[in-house]
Amino acid sequence: MSQTPTSQMRCFQVNPADNVATALDDIAPGEVRVLGASAGTVVVAAEDILLGHKIGLRRIVEGEPIVKFGVPIGIATVVIEPGAWVHLHNCRSQVDERSSHLDLKTGAALDTAYA
Amino acid sequence: MHDTMTLPLAERTWPGYLRQDGRKGIRNLILVMYTVECASFVAHAVAAGEEDVHVIGFSGCYDNAYAIRLMLALATHPNVGGCLAIGLGCEYTQPAKLAELAEQSGRPSDWFYIQNEGGTRSGTARGKAALKSLRERIDAEAKIVPMGWSDLVVGAECGGSDGTSGLAGNPVVGRFYDFLVDHGGSAIFEEVVEMIGLREILLSRAATPEVAAELATTYRKAEDYCKAVRQYSVSPGNFAGGLTSIEEKSMGAFAKSGSRPIQGVLRVSQPVPKPGLWLLDSVPDNHFMQFGYTNPNDTEGIMDLISCGAQIVLFVTGRGSVIGSPVAPLIKVTGNSRTFERMQEDMDFNAGTILEGSKTLDEAAAALMEMVGDVAAGMLSKPEALGHREYFVMYKHQDTPELAAGCRA
Repeated sequence: MSQTPTSQMRCFQVNPADNVATALDDIAPGEVRVLGASAGTVVVAAEDILLGHKIGLRRIVEGEPIVKFGVPIGIATVVIEPGAWVHLHNCRSQVDERSSHLDLKTGAALDTAYA
Repeated sequence: MHDTMTLPLAERTWPGYLRQDGRKGIRNLILVMYTVECASFVAHAVAAGEEDVHVIGFSGCYDNAYAIRLMLALATHPNVGGCLAIGLGCEYTQPAKLAELAEQSGRPSDWFYIQNEGGTRSGTARGKAALKSLRERIDAEAKIVPMGWSDLVVGAECGGSDGTSGLAGNPVVGRFYDFLVDHGGSAIFEEVVEMIGLREILLSRAATPEVAAELATTYRKAEDYCKAVRQYSVSPGNFAGGLTSIEEKSMGAFAKSGSRPIQGVLRVSQPVPKPGLWLLDSVPDNHFMQFGYTNPNDTEGIMDLISCGAQIVLFVTGRGSVIGSPVAPLIKVTGNSRTFERMQEDMDFNAGTILEGSKTLDEAAAALMEMVGDVAAGMLSKPEALGHREYFVMYKHQDTPELAAGCRA
């Protein structure tokens, strides 16, 4: 992942109103090209973000909607800085309470007893 | 957005098979239907080696109103020219009735019970002979007429989704749906459980206030269903792949509906009443037996779309899939270029070009429309050419408010 030249890293913004974009490559800290609605712009990744995951395009305050496809897909639970990975640790669903009880990396449910 | 569909594509026509009810088919198949699992071996033996013969069947010995409606909808589907119903002889579902109603719809049809014919070999021979005489009648009675976009009903389903499905695979289908609807065609989308979190957006797409009320009822049923099982249509793999909420997954799935007004809600096996965009409700109605999951697998959802008269179904799969369908050809679309390259023998259309920037959404949608036109005109889709004919007819309850019918006490 670290061998990937910075300029090769890409993310895709669906709608101009979106405050997040989806990684089209595995992203390491550094410059990421934005494709789609804001094609031609660049966002600086602050951490590793896997392909298919979301990167914040601007500062998002606690309680603010996370917007993708031009619609809220969840609510920020903490302040999210530009270039941050946006996922279960800083965004919660407005309908599905169970998804706040999942392992951040694997998505495995942590609320089911096995013993 | 402007319509980039060029005139020759807009005015494209191809030969179709005119049916008694006015609908037109893009294929002229014989459908073999078995009415209980015990008859399935003979049904498949009858159809073996016959290119124009597809098989479906219901496994239960006890009948189910939903399953019978589904089989009748497939027996009288525009792509079907004739039927052969095969029963064992002890089951509740009556092959004679299926054949009779198919015959009444203008389709040469026949039926038999295996127990009356003698067994496996004699039943298979009886079925092969029936196919021969049915085919002669079907060929003699075929009415071939020109057919265009306004005669076409297309269904769309997604499964094996990944991060590209919501970005490219589903949006390209949605944009094609806009083109199709604008040219008088019909488009069906489903998976109401994957619209959770989008209530206001869904309702805002209603063509009329009456449709908005219908959408609200359908949405509430799906929401109640999810709450009852404390499970939304999103899985650990979806989260690991980068989806953070059901709202996000829903929006990605909803993208395949395009942007045109929704004309109403269809129930499984209900033909599209008029052209335009329709939502198919395949979620079971509330019933004390529950009848299990809404869409237990991709094939079940595809069958539901075909039951509403779709002559072609688009299947969006980011991760790839190796299924097909009977009755209506399946066209497999992926938004993932890697999946397309790896699974080229099974995948028909690569929408990954949108993410790579080599095609705009409108250009990719026009290319997809061209492929749909080719398949309508007789080109075999990849699953069709490979011989994939997966089917699934399940017990389900979609008969509310007639919930108490059949009970004396």
